[in-house]
Amino acid sequence: MRPSPATILEVTEETSTVRTIRFDSVRLDPLPGQYMMVWIRGVDEIPMSFSGPSEMTVAAVGEATRALSRLRPGDGLGLRGPLGNGFSIEGERILLVGGGLGAAPLAFLGEAARQKGVEVTSLMGFRCREDIIFQGRFERLGELILTTDDGSCGIPGRASLGLERLDPKRFSQIYICGPELMMWDVIQSWKNHAEKMQASVNRYLKCGIGICGSCCMDPTGIRVCQEGPVIPAVQLLDGEFGRYRRGPSGSRGPPRG
Amino acid sequence: MATLRGDVGGLELENPVMLAAGILGTTGASLRRAALAGAGAVVTKSIGVDPRDGHPGPGIVRLDVGLLNAMGLPNPSYREFQEEIDIARTGGSPVVASIFGSSPEEFVEVAEGLDADAFELNLSCPHAKGYGAEIGCHPGDVEEITRAVVRGNSVPVWVKLTPNVADIVALGLSAERGGASAVVAINTIKAMAIDVESGYPILGNRIGGLSGPAIKPVAVRCVYDLHSALAIPVIGVGGISCWQDAVEMIMAGASGVQVGTALSGGLDILKAISTGISRYLDRKGMALSDICGLAGRRR
Repeated sequence: MRPSPATILEVTEETSTVRTIRFDSVRLDPLPGQYMMVWIRGVDEIPMSFSGPSEMTVAAVGEATRALSRLRPGDGLGLRGPLGNGFSIEGERILLVGGGLGAAPLAFLGEAARQKGVEVTSLMGFRCREDIIFQGRFERLGELILTTDDGSCGIPGRASLGLERLDPKRFSQIYICGPELMMWDVIQSWKNHAEKMQASVNRYLKCGIGICGSCCMDPTGIRVCQEGPVIPAVQLLDGEFGRYRRGPSGSRGPPRG
Repeated sequence: MATLRGDVGGLELENPVMLAAGILGTTGASLRRAALAGAGAVVTKSIGVDPRDGHPGPGIVRLDVGLLNAMGLPNPSYREFQEEIDIARTGGSPVVASIFGSSPEEFVEVAEGLDADAFELNLSCPHAKGYGAEIGCHPGDVEEITRAVVRGNSVPVWVKLTPNVADIVALGLSAERGGASAVVAINTIKAMAIDVESGYPILGNRIGGLSGPAIKPVAVRCVYDLHSALAIPVIGVGGISCWQDAVEMIMAGASGVQVGTALSGGLDILKAISTGISRYLDRKGMALSDICGLAGRRR
Protein backbone atom coordinates (compact mmCIF):
# COMPACT_ATOMS: atom_id res chain seq x y z
CA MET A 1 0.00 0.00 0.00
CA ARG A 2 1.07 3.59 -0.47
CA PRO A 3 1.57 5.47 2.80
CA SER A 4 -1.83 6.89 3.74
CA PRO A 5 -1.85 10.50 4.87
CA ALA A 6 -2.47 11.23 8.54
CA THR A 7 -2.61 14.50 10.43
CA ILE A 8 -1.28 14.92 13.95
CA LEU A 9 -4.00 15.93 16.40
CA GLU A 10 -2.11 16.09 19.68
CA VAL A 11 1.41 15.71 21.04
CA THR A 12 1.87 14.80 24.70
CA GLU A 13 5.20 15.23 26.46
CA GLU A 14 5.73 12.03 28.48
CA THR A 15 9.34 12.76 29.52
CA SER A 16 12.01 15.19 28.33
CA THR A 17 12.69 13.00 25.28
CA VAL A 18 9.52 10.93 24.86
CA ARG A 19 6.39 12.14 23.06
CA THR A 20 3.05 10.49 22.41
CA ILE A 21 1.65 11.50 19.06
CA ARG A 22 -2.06 11.09 18.42
CA PHE A 23 -3.15 11.20 14.80
CA ASP A 24 -6.44 11.17 12.91
CA SER A 25 -6.20 7.84 11.08
CA VAL A 26 -8.59 5.97 13.34
CA ARG A 27 -9.52 3.50 10.61
CA LEU A 28 -6.20 1.67 11.02
CA ASP A 29 -7.81 -0.37 13.82
CA PRO A 30 -4.56 -2.05 15.00
CA LEU A 31 -4.22 -4.97 17.38
CA PRO A 32 -1.93 -4.26 20.35
CA GLY A 33 1.58 -5.32 19.36
CA GLN A 34 1.14 -4.49 15.70
CA TYR A 35 3.18 -1.66 14.23
CA MET A 36 3.13 0.79 11.36
CA MET A 37 5.77 2.21 9.06
CA VAL A 38 5.80 5.94 9.72
CA TRP A 39 7.00 8.16 6.91
CA ILE A 40 8.35 11.49 8.04
CA ARG A 41 8.26 13.10 4.62
CA GLY A 42 11.66 14.13 3.31
CA VAL A 43 13.47 12.35 6.17
CA ASP A 44 12.95 8.59 6.48
CA GLU A 45 10.43 5.86 7.16
CA ILE A 46 10.64 4.00 10.48
CA PRO A 47 8.65 1.28 12.25
CA MET A 48 6.66 2.41 15.29
CA SER A 49 4.46 0.42 17.66
CA PHE A 50 0.99 1.62 18.47
CA SER A 51 0.67 2.88 22.03
CA GLY A 52 -3.08 3.18 21.45
CA PRO A 53 -5.53 2.72 18.58
CA SER A 54 -4.40 5.93 16.87
CA GLU A 55 -1.24 6.94 18.65
CA MET A 56 2.44 6.16 18.89
CA THR A 57 5.04 6.96 21.51
CA VAL A 58 8.46 8.00 20.30
CA ALA A 59 11.81 8.64 21.99
CA ALA A 60 14.06 11.09 20.17
CA VAL A 61 17.21 9.04 19.68
CA GLY A 62 18.12 9.22 15.97
CA GLU A 63 17.58 11.52 13.01
CA ALA A 64 14.16 10.13 12.11
CA THR A 65 12.82 9.91 15.67
CA ARG A 66 14.06 13.45 16.38
CA ALA A 67 12.28 14.71 13.27
CA LEU A 68 9.14 12.83 14.33
CA SER A 69 9.36 14.28 17.84
CA ARG A 70 9.53 17.81 16.45
CA LEU A 71 6.20 17.50 14.61
CA ARG A 72 3.25 19.49 15.96
CA PRO A 73 -0.56 19.24 15.74
CA GLY A 74 -1.60 19.90 12.15
CA ASP A 75 1.59 18.43 10.67
CA GLY A 76 1.28 15.48 8.30
CA LEU A 77 2.69 11.97 8.17
CA GLY A 78 2.42 8.98 5.88
CA LEU A 79 1.43 5.71 7.55
CA ARG A 80 1.61 2.11 6.29
CA GLY A 81 -0.12 -0.35 8.53
CA PRO A 82 -1.14 -1.89 10.75
CA LEU A 83 1.60 -4.44 10.06
CA GLY A 84 2.78 -7.61 11.79
CA ASN A 85 0.91 -10.07 13.94
CA GLY A 86 0.23 -8.37 17.28
CA PHE A 87 -0.15 -9.92 20.74
CA SER A 88 -2.68 -12.66 21.27
CA ILE A 89 -4.64 -12.27 24.52
CA GLU A 90 -4.72 -15.66 26.24
CA GLY A 91 -6.49 -16.60 29.45
CA GLU A 92 -7.91 -14.63 32.36
CA ARG A 93 -4.84 -13.34 34.22
CA ILE A 94 -1.95 -11.79 32.38
CA LEU A 95 1.37 -10.19 33.28
CA LEU A 96 2.94 -7.36 31.31
CA VAL A 97 6.71 -6.99 31.63
CA GLY A 98 8.12 -3.86 30.03
CA GLY A 99 11.30 -1.88 29.88
CA GLY A 100 11.58 1.76 28.84
CA LEU A 101 9.65 2.55 25.69
CA GLY A 102 8.54 -1.09 25.58
CA ALA A 103 5.85 0.04 28.01
CA ALA A 104 4.04 1.69 25.08
CA PRO A 105 2.56 -1.31 23.24
CA LEU A 106 2.01 -3.07 26.59
CA ALA A 107 -0.17 -0.23 27.89
CA PHE A 108 -2.29 -0.56 24.75
CA LEU A 109 -2.40 -4.36 25.21
CA GLY A 110 -3.31 -4.07 28.90
CA GLU A 111 -6.21 -1.74 28.12
CA ALA A 112 -7.54 -4.08 25.42
CA ALA A 113 -7.24 -7.05 27.80
CA ARG A 114 -8.93 -5.17 30.66
CA GLN A 115 -11.85 -4.36 28.37
CA LYS A 116 -12.29 -8.09 27.84
CA GLY A 117 -12.39 -8.58 31.61
CA VAL A 118 -8.87 -10.00 31.85
CA GLU A 119 -6.97 -9.35 35.10
CA VAL A 120 -3.77 -7.38 34.38
CA THR A 121 -0.58 -7.15 36.47
CA SER A 122 2.31 -4.99 35.27
CA LEU A 123 6.02 -4.98 35.97
CA MET A 124 7.74 -2.00 34.35
CA GLY A 125 11.40 -1.11 34.46
CA PHE A 126 12.96 2.27 33.66
CA ARG A 127 16.40 3.82 33.96
CA CYS A 128 15.30 6.44 36.48
CA ARG A 129 12.25 8.17 37.92
CA GLU A 130 12.31 10.83 35.17
CA ASP A 131 12.03 8.15 32.45
CA ILE A 132 8.85 6.56 33.77
CA ILE A 133 5.99 6.64 31.27
CA PHE A 134 2.34 5.59 31.52
CA GLN A 135 2.43 5.00 35.30
CA GLY A 136 -1.20 6.12 35.51
CA ARG A 137 -2.28 3.90 32.63
CA PHE A 138 -0.75 0.81 34.26
CA GLU A 139 -2.08 1.66 37.73
CA ARG A 140 -5.59 1.90 36.33
CA LEU A 141 -5.22 -1.63 34.91
CA GLY A 142 -4.30 -3.30 38.21
CA GLU A 143 -1.22 -4.01 40.29
CA LEU A 144 1.92 -2.19 39.07
CA ILE A 145 5.47 -3.03 40.18
CA LEU A 146 8.10 -0.46 39.17
CA THR A 147 11.86 -0.90 38.97
CA THR A 148 14.52 1.67 38.17
CA ASP A 149 18.15 1.04 37.30
CA ASP A 150 19.32 3.87 39.57
CA GLY A 151 16.91 3.04 42.39
CA SER A 152 15.19 6.42 42.24
CA CYS A 153 11.75 4.78 42.23
CA GLY A 154 10.44 1.32 43.06
CA ILE A 155 12.72 -1.71 43.21
CA PRO A 156 16.36 -0.79 42.42
CA GLY A 157 17.74 -2.70 39.43
CA ARG A 158 16.53 -4.23 36.21
CA ALA A 159 12.95 -5.26 35.53
CA SER A 160 13.82 -8.94 35.94
CA LEU A 161 14.50 -8.30 39.66
CA GLY A 162 10.81 -7.50 40.03
CA LEU A 163 9.96 -11.04 38.95
CA GLU A 164 10.97 -12.22 42.43
CA ARG A 165 7.82 -10.55 43.78
CA LEU A 166 5.63 -12.55 41.42
CA ASP A 167 4.61 -16.17 41.02
CA PRO A 168 4.68 -17.17 37.34
CA LYS A 169 2.08 -19.86 37.97
CA ARG A 170 -0.46 -17.10 38.69
CA PHE A 171 -0.50 -15.96 35.07
CA SER A 172 -2.12 -17.45 32.01
CA GLN A 173 0.15 -15.49 29.69
CA ILE A 174 3.15 -13.19 30.03
CA TYR A 175 3.92 -10.38 27.58
CA ILE A 176 7.38 -8.85 27.25
CA CYS A 177 8.54 -5.74 25.45
CA GLY A 178 11.70 -3.72 26.04
CA PRO A 179 15.42 -3.67 25.41
CA GLU A 180 16.55 -7.06 24.16
CA LEU A 181 18.87 -7.93 27.04
CA MET A 182 16.13 -7.04 29.52
CA MET A 183 13.73 -9.36 27.64
CA TRP A 184 16.43 -12.04 27.53
CA ASP A 185 16.85 -11.74 31.33
CA VAL A 186 13.13 -12.14 31.87
CA ILE A 187 12.83 -15.15 29.58
CA GLN A 188 15.89 -16.80 31.16
CA SER A 189 14.66 -16.10 34.72
CA TRP A 190 11.34 -17.79 34.00
CA LYS A 191 12.58 -20.21 31.36
CA ASN A 192 10.31 -23.00 32.64
CA HIS A 193 7.35 -20.83 31.72
CA ALA A 194 8.60 -19.78 28.30
CA GLU A 195 5.73 -21.59 26.62
CA LYS A 196 3.33 -18.94 27.90
CA MET A 197 5.48 -15.91 27.07
CA GLN A 198 5.08 -13.63 24.05
CA ALA A 199 7.91 -11.21 23.28
CA SER A 200 7.78 -8.22 20.98
CA VAL A 201 11.07 -8.32 19.08
CA ASN A 202 12.89 -5.36 17.58
CA ARG A 203 14.90 -5.94 14.41
CA TYR A 204 15.97 -3.71 11.52
CA LEU A 205 12.72 -3.45 9.57
CA LYS A 206 12.78 -1.96 6.09
CA CYS A 207 9.99 -3.24 3.87
CA GLY A 208 7.37 -4.26 6.44
CA ILE A 209 5.90 -6.82 4.04
CA GLY A 210 8.17 -9.83 4.55
CA ILE A 211 10.15 -9.56 1.37
CA CYS A 212 13.45 -7.71 1.73
CA GLY A 213 14.90 -10.02 4.36
CA SER A 214 16.64 -7.41 6.51
CA CYS A 215 14.75 -8.46 9.67
CA CYS A 216 15.16 -12.24 9.34
CA MET A 217 16.38 -13.92 12.53
CA ASP A 218 18.60 -16.95 12.96
CA PRO A 219 18.34 -19.88 13.04
CA THR A 220 14.98 -20.23 11.25
CA GLY A 221 14.94 -17.13 9.07
CA ILE A 222 11.66 -15.95 10.63
CA ARG A 223 10.62 -12.59 9.14
CA VAL A 224 10.08 -10.34 12.16
CA CYS A 225 8.24 -7.70 10.12
CA GLN A 226 5.51 -10.08 9.04
CA GLU A 227 5.62 -13.23 11.20
CA GLY A 228 6.46 -11.04 14.21
CA PRO A 229 7.10 -8.70 15.80
CA VAL A 230 5.45 -10.76 18.55
CA ILE A 231 7.24 -14.10 18.79
CA PRO A 232 6.63 -16.93 21.28
CA ALA A 233 9.55 -16.98 23.73
CA VAL A 234 10.17 -20.68 23.10
CA GLN A 235 11.27 -19.74 19.57
CA LEU A 236 13.79 -17.25 20.95
CA LEU A 237 15.77 -19.52 23.23
CA ASP A 238 18.30 -20.99 20.80
CA GLY A 239 19.10 -18.40 18.17
CA GLU A 240 20.38 -14.90 17.72
CA PHE A 241 17.96 -13.35 20.24
CA GLY A 242 19.89 -12.00 23.21
CA ARG A 243 23.20 -12.66 21.41
CA TYR A 244 23.39 -10.47 18.30
CA ARG A 245 21.32 -8.50 15.83
CA ARG A 246 21.88 -7.34 12.28
CA GLY A 247 22.06 -3.66 11.45
CA PRO A 248 20.98 -1.78 8.32
CA SER A 249 23.76 -3.30 6.18
CA GLY A 250 23.10 -6.82 7.44
CA SER A 251 26.27 -6.79 9.58
CA ARG A 252 25.99 -8.49 12.94
CA GLY A 253 26.32 -6.41 16.06
CA PRO A 254 25.50 -6.68 19.77
CA PRO A 255 21.85 -6.74 20.89
CA ARG A 256 20.42 -3.56 22.36
CA GLY A 257 20.21 -2.67 26.00
CA MET B 1 5.22 -36.16 -12.19
CA ALA B 2 7.48 -34.82 -14.92
CA THR B 3 11.01 -34.21 -13.76
CA LEU B 4 12.14 -30.63 -13.68
CA ARG B 5 15.73 -31.55 -12.99
CA GLY B 6 18.23 -30.14 -15.40
CA ASP B 7 21.03 -27.76 -16.19
CA VAL B 8 20.34 -24.07 -15.87
CA GLY B 9 23.22 -21.80 -16.79
CA GLY B 10 25.83 -24.35 -15.76
CA LEU B 11 24.17 -25.42 -12.51
CA GLU B 12 22.38 -28.73 -12.09
CA LEU B 13 19.06 -27.78 -10.46
CA GLU B 14 16.33 -29.94 -8.93
CA ASN B 15 13.84 -27.53 -10.48
CA PRO B 16 14.23 -24.30 -12.46
CA VAL B 17 12.31 -22.04 -10.04
CA MET B 18 14.78 -19.88 -8.14
CA LEU B 19 14.65 -17.21 -5.47
CA ALA B 20 15.49 -13.87 -7.13
CA ALA B 21 18.22 -11.54 -5.89
CA GLY B 22 17.28 -8.99 -3.26
CA ILE B 23 14.46 -11.09 -1.80
CA LEU B 24 14.99 -12.67 1.63
CA GLY B 25 18.66 -12.81 0.74
CA THR B 26 20.38 -10.96 3.58
CA THR B 27 20.82 -13.92 5.90
CA GLY B 28 21.88 -17.50 5.37
CA ALA B 29 18.91 -18.68 7.41
CA SER B 30 16.33 -17.00 5.19
CA LEU B 31 18.06 -18.26 2.04
CA ARG B 32 18.05 -21.76 3.50
CA ARG B 33 14.38 -21.34 4.31
CA ALA B 34 13.69 -20.47 0.64
CA ALA B 35 15.67 -23.52 -0.47
CA LEU B 36 13.72 -25.76 1.92
CA ALA B 37 10.49 -24.17 0.64
CA GLY B 38 11.33 -25.50 -2.80
CA ALA B 39 13.64 -23.05 -4.58
CA GLY B 40 15.81 -24.85 -7.13
CA ALA B 41 18.52 -22.32 -6.40
CA VAL B 42 18.72 -19.22 -4.24
CA VAL B 43 20.31 -15.91 -5.19
CA THR B 44 21.72 -13.75 -2.41
CA LYS B 45 21.22 -10.07 -1.85
CA SER B 46 23.79 -8.17 -3.90
CA ILE B 47 27.14 -8.05 -2.13
CA GLY B 48 29.84 -5.44 -2.70
CA VAL B 49 33.28 -4.41 -1.53
CA ASP B 50 32.23 -2.21 1.41
CA PRO B 51 29.33 -2.32 3.88
CA ARG B 52 26.39 -0.12 2.85
CA ASP B 53 23.32 0.80 4.89
CA GLY B 54 21.20 1.58 1.83
CA HIS B 55 18.97 4.55 1.06
CA PRO B 56 16.77 6.29 3.63
CA GLY B 57 13.18 5.03 3.72
CA PRO B 58 10.66 4.48 2.38
CA GLY B 59 12.58 1.80 0.51
CA ILE B 60 9.52 -0.03 -0.76
CA VAL B 61 6.06 1.12 -1.83
CA ARG B 62 3.34 -1.30 -2.81
CA LEU B 63 1.41 0.02 -5.80
CA ASP B 64 -1.70 -1.45 -7.40
CA VAL B 65 0.41 -2.90 -10.21
CA GLY B 66 3.49 -4.10 -8.33
CA LEU B 67 6.23 -3.04 -5.98
CA LEU B 68 8.43 -0.02 -6.30
CA ASN B 69 11.72 -0.21 -4.43
CA ALA B 70 14.97 1.62 -3.88
CA MET B 71 16.79 -0.22 -1.12
CA GLY B 72 20.18 1.12 -2.20
CA LEU B 73 22.25 -2.08 -2.23
CA PRO B 74 22.50 -2.51 1.57
CA ASN B 75 25.00 -5.27 2.33
CA PRO B 76 27.61 -6.14 4.93
CA SER B 77 30.44 -6.48 2.33
CA TYR B 78 31.84 -9.78 1.08
CA ARG B 79 34.13 -9.94 4.11
CA GLU B 80 31.14 -10.64 6.35
CA PHE B 81 29.04 -12.69 3.97
CA GLN B 82 30.72 -16.07 3.49
CA GLU B 83 29.21 -17.37 6.72
CA GLU B 84 25.71 -16.58 5.39
CA ILE B 85 26.43 -18.44 2.14
CA ASP B 86 27.66 -21.45 4.10
CA ILE B 87 24.45 -21.50 6.15
CA ALA B 88 22.37 -21.04 2.99
CA ARG B 89 24.01 -24.08 1.41
CA THR B 90 22.66 -26.32 4.18
CA GLY B 91 19.27 -25.86 2.49
CA GLY B 92 20.46 -28.23 -0.21
CA SER B 93 20.06 -25.97 -3.25
CA PRO B 94 22.88 -24.20 -5.08
CA VAL B 95 23.61 -20.72 -3.77
CA VAL B 96 24.23 -18.00 -6.34
CA ALA B 97 26.02 -14.93 -5.02
CA SER B 98 24.73 -11.71 -6.54
CA ILE B 99 27.63 -9.27 -6.60
CA PHE B 100 28.09 -5.63 -7.56
CA GLY B 101 30.91 -3.17 -7.96
CA SER B 102 31.82 0.09 -9.63
CA SER B 103 34.62 -1.34 -11.78
CA PRO B 104 35.94 -4.66 -13.10
CA GLU B 105 38.47 -4.64 -10.25
CA GLU B 106 35.73 -4.33 -7.60
CA PHE B 107 33.69 -7.13 -9.15
CA VAL B 108 36.76 -9.35 -9.19
CA GLU B 109 37.60 -8.51 -5.58
CA VAL B 110 34.12 -9.54 -4.41
CA ALA B 111 34.07 -12.68 -6.55
CA GLU B 112 37.49 -13.74 -5.29
CA GLY B 113 36.38 -13.13 -1.73
CA LEU B 114 33.34 -15.41 -1.90
CA ASP B 115 32.91 -19.13 -2.33
CA ALA B 116 29.53 -19.67 -4.04
CA ASP B 117 28.06 -22.12 -6.56
CA ALA B 118 27.70 -19.38 -9.18
CA PHE B 119 27.89 -15.60 -9.45
CA GLU B 120 25.19 -13.29 -10.74
CA LEU B 121 26.67 -9.93 -11.75
CA ASN B 122 24.33 -7.11 -10.80
CA LEU B 123 24.78 -4.84 -13.79
CA SER B 124 21.23 -3.66 -13.57
CA CYS B 125 20.20 -2.13 -10.24
CA PRO B 126 18.42 1.06 -11.36
CA HIS B 127 18.82 3.21 -8.26
CA ALA B 128 22.40 3.19 -6.90
CA LYS B 129 24.76 5.84 -8.10
CA GLY B 130 27.89 4.50 -9.75
CA TYR B 131 26.68 0.88 -9.67
CA GLY B 132 24.33 -1.52 -11.39
CA ALA B 133 22.60 -0.13 -14.44
CA GLU B 134 24.84 2.94 -14.53
CA ILE B 135 27.58 0.60 -15.69
CA GLY B 136 25.36 -2.13 -17.03
CA CYS B 137 23.80 0.00 -19.75
CA HIS B 138 27.13 0.21 -21.60
CA PRO B 139 27.76 -2.94 -23.66
CA GLY B 140 31.54 -2.41 -23.51
CA ASP B 141 31.55 -2.31 -19.70
CA VAL B 142 29.30 -5.37 -19.48
CA GLU B 143 31.72 -7.35 -21.63
CA GLU B 144 34.81 -6.20 -19.76
CA ILE B 145 33.38 -6.88 -16.30
CA THR B 146 32.01 -10.25 -17.33
CA ARG B 147 35.35 -11.27 -18.82
CA ALA B 148 37.23 -10.14 -15.73
CA VAL B 149 35.05 -12.19 -13.36
CA VAL B 150 34.95 -15.23 -15.65
CA ARG B 151 38.74 -15.24 -15.99
CA GLY B 152 39.34 -15.72 -12.29
CA ASN B 153 36.54 -18.21 -11.64
CA SER B 154 35.69 -21.83 -12.16
CA VAL B 155 31.99 -21.45 -11.30
CA PRO B 156 29.29 -20.24 -13.72
CA VAL B 157 28.93 -16.48 -14.10
CA TRP B 158 25.49 -15.08 -14.90
CA VAL B 159 24.87 -11.49 -15.89
CA LYS B 160 21.67 -9.79 -14.80
CA LEU B 161 20.60 -7.23 -17.37
CA THR B 162 18.74 -3.97 -17.14
CA PRO B 163 15.65 -3.41 -19.27
CA ASN B 164 16.15 0.35 -19.02
CA VAL B 165 17.92 0.53 -22.38
CA ALA B 166 16.86 0.74 -26.02
CA ASP B 167 18.46 -2.59 -26.89
CA ILE B 168 18.78 -5.24 -24.20
CA VAL B 169 20.02 -7.76 -26.78
CA ALA B 170 23.19 -5.72 -27.28
CA LEU B 171 23.87 -6.11 -23.53
CA GLY B 172 23.17 -9.84 -23.72
CA LEU B 173 25.56 -10.28 -26.61
CA SER B 174 28.22 -8.39 -24.65
CA ALA B 175 27.77 -10.72 -21.69
CA GLU B 176 28.01 -13.69 -24.02
CA ARG B 177 31.23 -12.39 -25.59
CA GLY B 178 32.60 -11.83 -22.10
CA GLY B 179 32.13 -15.52 -21.35
CA ALA B 180 28.93 -15.53 -19.26
CA SER B 181 27.24 -18.90 -18.69
CA ALA B 182 23.80 -17.26 -18.80
CA VAL B 183 22.04 -13.93 -18.77
CA VAL B 184 19.29 -13.10 -16.30
CA ALA B 185 16.53 -10.77 -17.50
CA ILE B 186 15.16 -8.50 -16.26
CA ASN B 187 15.99 -6.29 -13.32
CA THR B 188 13.36 -3.75 -12.27
CA ILE B 189 12.10 -0.97 -14.52
CA LYS B 190 12.98 2.56 -13.48
CA ALA B 191 9.91 4.13 -11.95
CA MET B 192 8.57 6.67 -9.48
CA ALA B 193 5.58 7.34 -7.25
CA ILE B 194 4.54 10.65 -5.72
CA ASP B 195 2.48 11.24 -2.59
CA VAL B 196 -0.40 13.42 -3.81
CA GLU B 197 -1.10 14.72 -0.30
CA SER B 198 2.30 16.40 -0.05
CA GLY B 199 3.97 16.27 -3.46
CA TYR B 200 6.94 14.35 -2.04
CA PRO B 201 8.34 11.46 -4.07
CA ILE B 202 7.52 8.49 -1.83
CA LEU B 203 10.83 6.63 -2.05
CA GLY B 204 13.64 8.02 0.04
CA ASN B 205 15.77 7.80 -3.09
CA ARG B 206 12.96 9.50 -5.10
CA ILE B 207 13.50 7.09 -8.05
CA GLY B 208 13.34 3.33 -7.83
CA GLY B 209 12.65 0.13 -9.69
CA LEU B 210 9.26 -1.41 -10.46
CA SER B 211 8.73 -5.17 -10.07
CA GLY B 212 5.71 -7.44 -10.02
CA PRO B 213 2.87 -8.18 -12.44
CA ALA B 214 3.17 -4.86 -14.27
CA ILE B 215 6.59 -5.73 -15.69
CA LYS B 216 5.94 -9.34 -16.70
CA PRO B 217 5.02 -8.59 -20.34
CA VAL B 218 8.20 -6.51 -20.64
CA ALA B 219 10.26 -9.34 -19.17
CA VAL B 220 8.65 -11.88 -21.49
CA ARG B 221 9.55 -9.73 -24.50
CA CYS B 222 13.14 -9.24 -23.29
CA VAL B 223 13.60 -12.98 -22.68
CA TYR B 224 12.11 -13.74 -26.10
CA ASP B 225 14.48 -11.34 -27.87
CA LEU B 226 17.52 -12.51 -25.88
CA HIS B 227 16.73 -16.18 -26.48
CA SER B 228 16.39 -15.49 -30.21
CA ALA B 229 19.77 -13.80 -30.44
CA LEU B 230 22.00 -15.53 -27.86
CA ALA B 231 23.59 -18.96 -27.76
CA ILE B 232 23.84 -18.97 -23.95
CA PRO B 233 20.79 -19.69 -21.75
CA VAL B 234 18.45 -16.98 -20.57
CA ILE B 235 17.01 -16.97 -17.05
CA GLY B 236 13.66 -15.18 -16.88
CA VAL B 237 12.63 -12.92 -14.03
CA GLY B 238 10.05 -10.20 -13.70
CA GLY B 239 6.51 -10.47 -12.35
CA ILE B 240 6.25 -14.25 -12.16
CA SER B 241 3.53 -14.98 -9.61
CA CYS B 242 2.05 -18.35 -10.66
CA TRP B 243 2.99 -21.43 -12.68
CA GLN B 244 1.31 -20.06 -15.80
CA ASP B 245 3.62 -17.01 -15.64
CA ALA B 246 6.62 -19.34 -15.34
CA VAL B 247 5.50 -21.47 -18.29
CA GLU B 248 4.99 -18.32 -20.34
CA MET B 249 8.51 -17.16 -19.49
CA ILE B 250 9.93 -20.57 -20.39
CA MET B 251 8.03 -20.54 -23.69
CA ALA B 252 9.59 -17.14 -24.37
CA GLY B 253 12.95 -18.86 -24.07
CA ALA B 254 13.89 -19.02 -20.39
CA SER B 255 15.82 -22.07 -19.18
CA GLY B 256 15.00 -21.15 -15.62
CA VAL B 257 12.97 -18.54 -13.79
CA GLN B 258 13.40 -16.43 -10.69
CA VAL B 259 10.64 -15.31 -8.36
CA GLY B 260 10.83 -12.22 -6.20
CA THR B 261 7.90 -9.90 -5.60
CA ALA B 262 5.41 -12.80 -5.45
CA LEU B 263 7.10 -13.97 -2.23
CA SER B 264 5.33 -11.17 -0.39
CA GLY B 265 2.42 -13.63 -0.37
CA GLY B 266 4.58 -16.24 1.38
CA LEU B 267 7.30 -18.74 0.55
CA ASP B 268 4.83 -21.42 -0.52
CA ILE B 269 4.67 -19.80 -3.95
CA LEU B 270 8.01 -21.40 -4.88
CA LYS B 271 6.73 -24.95 -4.55
CA ALA B 272 3.35 -24.01 -6.01
CA ILE B 273 5.05 -22.79 -9.18
CA SER B 274 7.31 -25.81 -9.67
CA THR B 275 4.47 -28.24 -8.93
CA GLY B 276 2.27 -26.36 -11.37
CA ILE B 277 4.90 -26.61 -14.12
CA SER B 278 5.25 -30.35 -13.48
CA ARG B 279 1.52 -30.97 -13.68
CA TYR B 280 1.29 -28.90 -16.84
CA LEU B 281 4.03 -30.94 -18.50
CA ASP B 282 2.27 -34.16 -17.44
CA ARG B 283 -1.00 -32.97 -18.92
CA LYS B 284 0.71 -32.03 -22.18
CA GLY B 285 2.96 -35.08 -22.25
CA MET B 286 5.95 -32.82 -22.73
CA ALA B 287 9.32 -32.22 -21.12
CA LEU B 288 10.72 -28.89 -19.97
CA SER B 289 13.02 -28.80 -23.01
CA ASP B 290 9.99 -29.11 -25.30
CA ILE B 291 8.46 -25.86 -24.09
CA CYS B 292 11.66 -23.83 -23.71
CA GLY B 293 11.51 -21.24 -26.48
CA LEU B 294 8.33 -22.76 -27.94
CA ALA B 295 6.92 -19.33 -28.80
CA GLY B 296 9.81 -18.69 -31.17
CA ARG B 297 9.13 -21.93 -33.02
CA ARG B 298 5.42 -21.23 -33.48
CA ARG B 299 4.86 -19.63 -36.87
